[in-house]
Amino acid sequence: MPKDGIGASVKRKEDYRFITGQGAYTDDIDRPGQTYAVFVRSPHAHARIASVDTGAAAAMPGVVKILTGADYAADGLGGLPCGWQVTGKDGPMVEPPHPPLAADRVRHVGDQVAVVIASSAAEARDAAEAVAVDYEALPAAASIEAALAAGAAQVHDEAPGNLCYDWEIGDKADVDAAFAGAHHVTRVELVNNRLVPNAMEPRAAVAEYDRATREYTLYTTSQNPHVIRLLMGAFVLQLPEHRLRVVAPDVGGGFGSKIFHYAEEAILTWAAGKVARPIKWTAERAESFVTDAHGRDHVTVAELALDADGRFLGLKVDTRANMGAYLSTFAPCVPTYLYATLLAGQYTTPKIWCGVQAVFTHTVPVDAYRGAGRPEATFVVERIVETAAHEMGIDPAELRRRNFVPSDAFPYQTPVALVYDSGDYEGTLAAALADADYNGFAARRAEAEARGKLRGIGLSAYIEACGIAPSAVVGSLGARAGLYECGEVRVHPTGSVTFFTGTHSHGQGHETTFAQIIADRLGVDIDAVEVVHGDTSKIPFGMGTYGSRSLAVGGSALARALDKVETKAKRIAAHLMEASEADIEFADGQFTVAGTDKSVGFGDVALTAYVPHNYPIEELEPGLDETAYYDPANFTFPAGCHVCEVEIDPDTGAVEIVNFAASDDFGNVINPMIVEGQVHGGIVQGVGQALLEGCVYDGEGQLATGSYMDYTMPRADDVPSFTVSTRTTPCPHNPLGAKGCGEAGAIAAPAAVMNAVHHALASRGVSRIDMPATPARVWQALNA
Amino acid sequence: MHDFTYHAAGSVADAAAKAAAGDDAVLMAGGMTLLPTLKQRLAQPSDVVDLSGVAELRGIKVEGGAVTVGAMTVHDAVANSSEVAAAIPALADVAGHIGDPQVRNRGTIGGSIANNDPAADYPAALVGLGATVCTDRREIAADDFFTGMFETALDEGEIVTSVRFPAPEAAAYVKFPNPASRYAIVGVFVARTAGGVRVAVTGAAGCVYRETAMEAALEGNFSAAALEGMTASADDLNEDIHASAEYRAHLVGVMARRAVAACG
Ligand SMILES: Cc1cc2nc3c(=O)[nH]c(=O)nc-3n(C[C@H](O)[C@H](O)[C@H](O)COP(=O)(O)OP(=O)(O)OC[C@H]3O[C@@H](n4cnc5c(N)ncnc54)[C@H](O)[C@@H]3O)c2cc1C
Repeated sequence: MPKDGIGASVKRKEDYRFITGQGAYTDDIDRPGQTYAVFVRSPHAHARIASVDTGAAAAMPGVVKILTGADYAADGLGGLPCGWQVTGKDGPMVEPPHPPLAADRVRHVGDQVAVVIASSAAEARDAAEAVAVDYEALPAAASIEAALAAGAAQVHDEAPGNLCYDWEIGDKADVDAAFAGAHHVTRVELVNNRLVPNAMEPRAAVAEYDRATREYTLYTTSQNPHVIRLLMGAFVLQLPEHRLRVVAPDVGGGFGSKIFHYAEEAILTWAAGKVARPIKWTAERAESFVTDAHGRDHVTVAELALDADGRFLGLKVDTRANMGAYLSTFAPCVPTYLYATLLAGQYTTPKIWCGVQAVFTHTVPVDAYRGAGRPEATFVVERIVETAAHEMGIDPAELRRRNFVPSDAFPYQTPVALVYDSGDYEGTLAAALADADYNGFAARRAEAEARGKLRGIGLSAYIEACGIAPSAVVGSLGARAGLYECGEVRVHPTGSVTFFTGTHSHGQGHETTFAQIIADRLGVDIDAVEVVHGDTSKIPFGMGTYGSRSLAVGGSALARALDKVETKAKRIAAHLMEASEADIEFADGQFTVAGTDKSVGFGDVALTAYVPHNYPIEELEPGLDETAYYDPANFTFPAGCHVCEVEIDPDTGAVEIVNFAASDDFGNVINPMIVEGQVHGGIVQGVGQALLEGCVYDGEGQLATGSYMDYTMPRADDVPSFTVSTRTTPCPHNPLGAKGCGEAGAIAAPAAVMNAVHHALASRGVSRIDMPATPARVWQALNA
Repeated sequence: MHDFTYHAAGSVADAAAKAAAGDDAVLMAGGMTLLPTLKQRLAQPSDVVDLSGVAELRGIKVEGGAVTVGAMTVHDAVANSSEVAAAIPALADVAGHIGDPQVRNRGTIGGSIANNDPAADYPAALVGLGATVCTDRREIAADDFFTGMFETALDEGEIVTSVRFPAPEAAAYVKFPNPASRYAIVGVFVARTAGGVRVAVTGAAGCVYRETAMEAALEGNFSAAALEGMTASADDLNEDIHASAEYRAHLVGVMARRAVAACG
């Protein structure tokens, strides 16, 4: 195996470029003759647009064009589509129109009303301020509770009572019967707080139209350029794919928020055709706060039935989920198929029912955010399990052990549709408890008490469904597209390799991980491999990066393409060495004829493939360039256990995380250092949700946390040094045995932190505290 | 940002003249507050007069038991000054806990106090130590300088040149930071001086103020125990999404006790 192959902690190849400021992000792209767009956005959460007067603005210096919702409607173009249809108890979800530019009504602060295009950004901004929009403000419903109240303001006429769908999974009567025989029932009420994604790079786009070729190009901050091309081309602007190129260059973080097809992308592309000049738009941070799709925002009541030994008999979960003002690209599936299907957790709970009401509100649309549904599910399951353990006087670790799906039970069919592929839940629990010195907790608590501090420890034994997704399965659940992945391995004449992948790296290190797989397989140096992603004109197709799918699905496509390369290369080698193909062996970059000392290097085979003198042209095409598409057989199921220990200062309510240990099963690991980085980042994001980040709308639908003065992002000094490790049960159904690691931290950490906080506060009689557990909230709870 | 005319001032007098000549001129120190305000188009000055080239406004002097900090001295210089650390360690500590390293290397004492953000740290140090604000026109006692939320005793065009801090017998500042901005939700500066005990509170109300009841309690018994059970009155305190008035009132007591304890 080459030194930089699978399993090596290779330093990320892309980091030199990034840390020396040489990344090429969308905002770094400047095209000849470029103009600048600034959007006129609604200051109201809900208003009727009486009129839009662009006259004064159009006469201002540098203004090239001003376009409004009326212009868009006049062109007869489409609204922004939703990629997933959920069918509820009463039929398909309500899917109201989502015009990229609002024409008659605005439905959240930040909703776009007009776009001003000018020769400079400053001129565009000046003119945008001069666009006179006459709004008739209307009452707003800015929270789930407000939207469901009698007489609430209606977000869409199509959705009476602001209900998008009322969906359920499981047989309620069956679950009720299980509860009837219970020895103990634990009930929790939970809020999964709304989050603002806050990628370091704000969203941006550059669109241009070439009059000679009639081709449109859109550079955009996307996690999935092919999906944007498909949605925007086919559904919104009706542009054929061969004349629409979408490029997602270096992207500075996404966390889900850059999956979706946003209005600005369509508007810029449409407008570029009209002005026949390139147009750039870059969001300001304040604009990001009110336009990037937010995450989470659930209100849940859950009940767990247990027998006298603490065995789980049934789980009932009733959830209301905020969709925001419009359905973003994947919004409807997040609180259903990515949430309720995970409610078995790591346990053998035999009966599960979950009902979900999705609600429209006058807020920014809510969609997938790192973990998407699975953090919400883990929070419900792990909060209720921990609460049940304390209520029944059973050690929380022991209660989990009594209910784990045993290691020999895989594949394991849960009562909520999924079939878990492999796992060792006892193993990750034991490892995390050891790393957290769980047994030493009582002594540490006593020592903290002597200092006047409250100490608590909490567990989170999470599971996630990743590697999205088996196309037929998700199709049957309402996905409007299959979710396979594509990879093309192009071996060049001298044996270097370019890999084209339909996944997209925006911080995950794919340029390194994929190169390691190729180096490992072909025996080439890692520097002889280049990974190309993010350009629809270079990559055959792709569904992008989210749901921890890049390695499990995109890496599997790569493995299949490498199979094809090896097969063909062996045939060429057999020809060169005048041997039978069946006798050719390949290892460490050398083809050998079994049982002889004949050999030929990979580079010689590659050269022969392209510039042959001596080639079996009748039997074999020249070239060594293979493409594979991979559709996974099942989801993958990363799982593990995170343990958090906190210390609380009762005088101020401040919570300090004093220890955090994580043991994760991600299947086979390609680059342990990158995996560790992903876990660290995920945990910090989870800590952010648990203790710091809370998106607050006031009653009028104004965003009260619209900047970093009020929205608390986690900082390095908010977290301790983590102890993280992996324990592997390979994924049995993909060629790399990989499960995925990108979301685990964000999924596991909130429950671990909040279990620890509740544990610390229980001695003071506090039974409920919602995320984020800010000092003010903790103090309030202690002094209620 | 709207257009404005930029001027680099060479001296205090030059700055005053240039500011007076503009229709609606503003002074710029490190720009840490001013520039975001301009970028968000919340202000539209005709002229910006940059003080960064005015050498006479920069620097720290310790003389006769007082520390004088030039208006353009950045927080980082105060935080890392061995002279300040020797004379008034609590002052270095205040400066070292403002914002982040970038802010501490741009933000100035003059800009901070002229802006008088209700949650800023320096106002507590000025009032707590009974400092004197020196301007190009006069001297103003700290007790009279901070007049209200984002308001000071400065007249139109008046330039802060330095702040003079008398060294106390003992002093300490303890801040409970806003988790998001890290300005003070409540910050309490306690000093035992020749002229008596001073307890200055920032973050809690619309403007820095003195907790006179706590000062009286500490006058006879300078110990945390003397403040046991004492809080501020919540009546006029700030209330926002980060903290209720009651919580702030409580924190004033906690931070004051910790500050007294830190005085040693
Ligand atoms: C991210 C961030 C975090 C921060 N955190 C904190 C914190 O934790 N605690 C805290 O106390 N502060 C904090 N600050 C404020 C910071 O400490 C600066 O002191 C403050 O922003 C003033 O900046 P400046 O000195 O650059 O003045 P500028 O922004 O240049 O000017 C501010 C105002 O003062 C006026 N002015 C400047 N100099 C003079 C002068 N010599 N005479 C008269 N008027 C003058 C200007 O006209 C302007 O109105 C933070 C700032 C930022 C950006």
